[in-house]
Amino acid sequence: MLSIPIEYYLILSAFMFIVGVTGVLIRRNAIVVFMCIELMLNAANLSLVAFSSYHGNPVGQIFVFFVMTVAAAEATVGLAIIIAIFRNKLTVNVDEINIFKW
Amino acid sequence: MSLLETVIFAVIKMLVIVVVMFLTVAYSVYFERKISAWAQNRMGPNRVGYRGLLQPFADVFKLLVKEDIVPDAAHKPLHTLAPFIALFVAFATYAVVPFGPSINLFGYDVKLVVADVNIGILYVLALTSLGVYGITFAGWSSGSKYSLMGGIRSSAQMISYEVSMGFSIAGVLLLSESLRPIEIVNAQYGWMWNAVLQPIGFITFVVSAFAETNRLPFDLPEAEPELVGGYHTEYSSFKFAAFFLAEYANMIIASCLIVTLYLGGWQIPYIDKLGLGETLTVILQVGAFIFKVVFMLFFFIWVRWSIPRFRYDQLMNIGWKVMFPLSLVNILWVAVLIMIFNL
Amino acid sequence: MEFYDIIFYLFALITIGSAFVVVTSRNIVYAAFSLLFTFFGVAGIYVLLGADFLAIVQIMVYVGGILILLLFGVMLTNKITSVEIRTGTVHLLPAAIGIGILFGAIISVMLWTNWNISPEPIPPSTTANIGRELITNYVLIFELLGMLLLIALIGAASIARRDKE
Repeated sequence: MLSIPIEYYLILSAFMFIVGVTGVLIRRNAIVVFMCIELMLNAANLSLVAFSSYHGNPVGQIFVFFVMTVAAAEATVGLAIIIAIFRNKLTVNVDEINIFKW
Repeated sequence: MSLLETVIFAVIKMLVIVVVMFLTVAYSVYFERKISAWAQNRMGPNRVGYRGLLQPFADVFKLLVKEDIVPDAAHKPLHTLAPFIALFVAFATYAVVPFGPSINLFGYDVKLVVADVNIGILYVLALTSLGVYGITFAGWSSGSKYSLMGGIRSSAQMISYEVSMGFSIAGVLLLSESLRPIEIVNAQYGWMWNAVLQPIGFITFVVSAFAETNRLPFDLPEAEPELVGGYHTEYSSFKFAAFFLAEYANMIIASCLIVTLYLGGWQIPYIDKLGLGETLTVILQVGAFIFKVVFMLFFFIWVRWSIPRFRYDQLMNIGWKVMFPLSLVNILWVAVLIMIFNL
Repeated sequence: MEFYDIIFYLFALITIGSAFVVVTSRNIVYAAFSLLFTFFGVAGIYVLLGADFLAIVQIMVYVGGILILLLFGVMLTNKITSVEIRTGTVHLLPAAIGIGILFGAIISVMLWTNWNISPEPIPPSTTANIGRELITNYVLIFELLGMLLLIALIGAASIARRDKE
């Protein structure tokens, strides 16, 4: 399995992360923004698992496990907030939710 | 065993399983119709072939030659994809179910399981969670109120009951100390079946399995009086057949899992004391596995004609307020067992 | 090129390609659907890296949990009969500049760092190791995460609940 240098995994993870950042910056729909945050988390997890394997140490994988748990908690609360906002404003576009701006 | 031989054996086992599966699914429909008829004092299918034995093929043929209607409001790609997701998930689970111990065939030591995965039980749980997709996509993509309500109900139900299912399995894993299905079966040697050692976990698992397979008394996703046909209201022809097959395949896989996890898999208590030949023992054990699975199938159908359907709020209450705490109690019980008897 | 390499490139292609669709697709359902493939691609790469437990957890948590939640979000916040779920893009130019700088920084760090790699390969199955670590060295974090999940559950239920008038 060591026929591929670790840099390849890291570059893959960097690409995923950048795609996620792009999505967060340019999309308006809150749900899509949410998906892009998940992409970024996945990218970070990927590099952690790569490091864990190439160091022969399972602790990196435990960290990924924790990240996944936090991501699940984040998804539930985030979705609840999105649904609550949709109920009040009938939109989930982040640029139209501007009640703190005047 | 070389790589090539492993691959050849895996392919043979897969082919056998797929053929056996399709036949079993077809005949479980027949089985269900016959038992339903018996429960209601009717004859059941008896026209096609001897005592209606060719009825399943007639049914499938009828479904295949029907017109395939896709509603105007449907989202076409997802509408087509959904039944195949359901079918794929149902069939992929069979890969890790062991239906017998190792057998010595033509000089090779063959394990009677398609894929002996070291985290087989987690694989089953992951596939179960994928099963929600077929139903959610079917419900959403049909563009119909009834389908959407059926799909959402079903997803919520499956997600809720996955929790108690996972916790019941945790009790089994505590005793077997392995995620490999074969070792779980081996750990239930003699009368040490998990159904005997942890009856609470057995009950919660069986109830969750009923809910996961959308069978009565938990078949709210397709409750006819309220939702017409639930998530497959807008399906016809082969796509409907795919959902239909997936439902029965799920019922069989649920029976297989119950047998593997709780009823000792292929084990017959104390058969090794009788001094039978090795081949005969293996054949008897595979027979025992099949017998147990057929009994569980009968149990599924029996319950269908005995218990009325729950209301949706009752279903959620049972899932979260009864089954979930009970499965936690079961884990505690298993822990106490291990502490006292050093199992 | 070995068999292993081909599989790596295949999964990498699936992951990146579908991640790209998530960001660029104008239809939310397609975005959610391609996110499914991204998660599967990442799970495949986990298997390649010998993290079989994490691959399964990835599928259970992300595909079976989070993505289903997102799909519920999509289904409940849009009228079911309208297939047109368009989302627009905003502020392309500043975003492009920021992303360019960030990308350059990450890639240069990754390429010019001398990574310290241990020569010994990891054990084939990590499930037992992870379990042992979770209930010994990391038991406090484990318990804290349990509390976090409980809090998230209660919080989500109370936010999403409609108050009775």
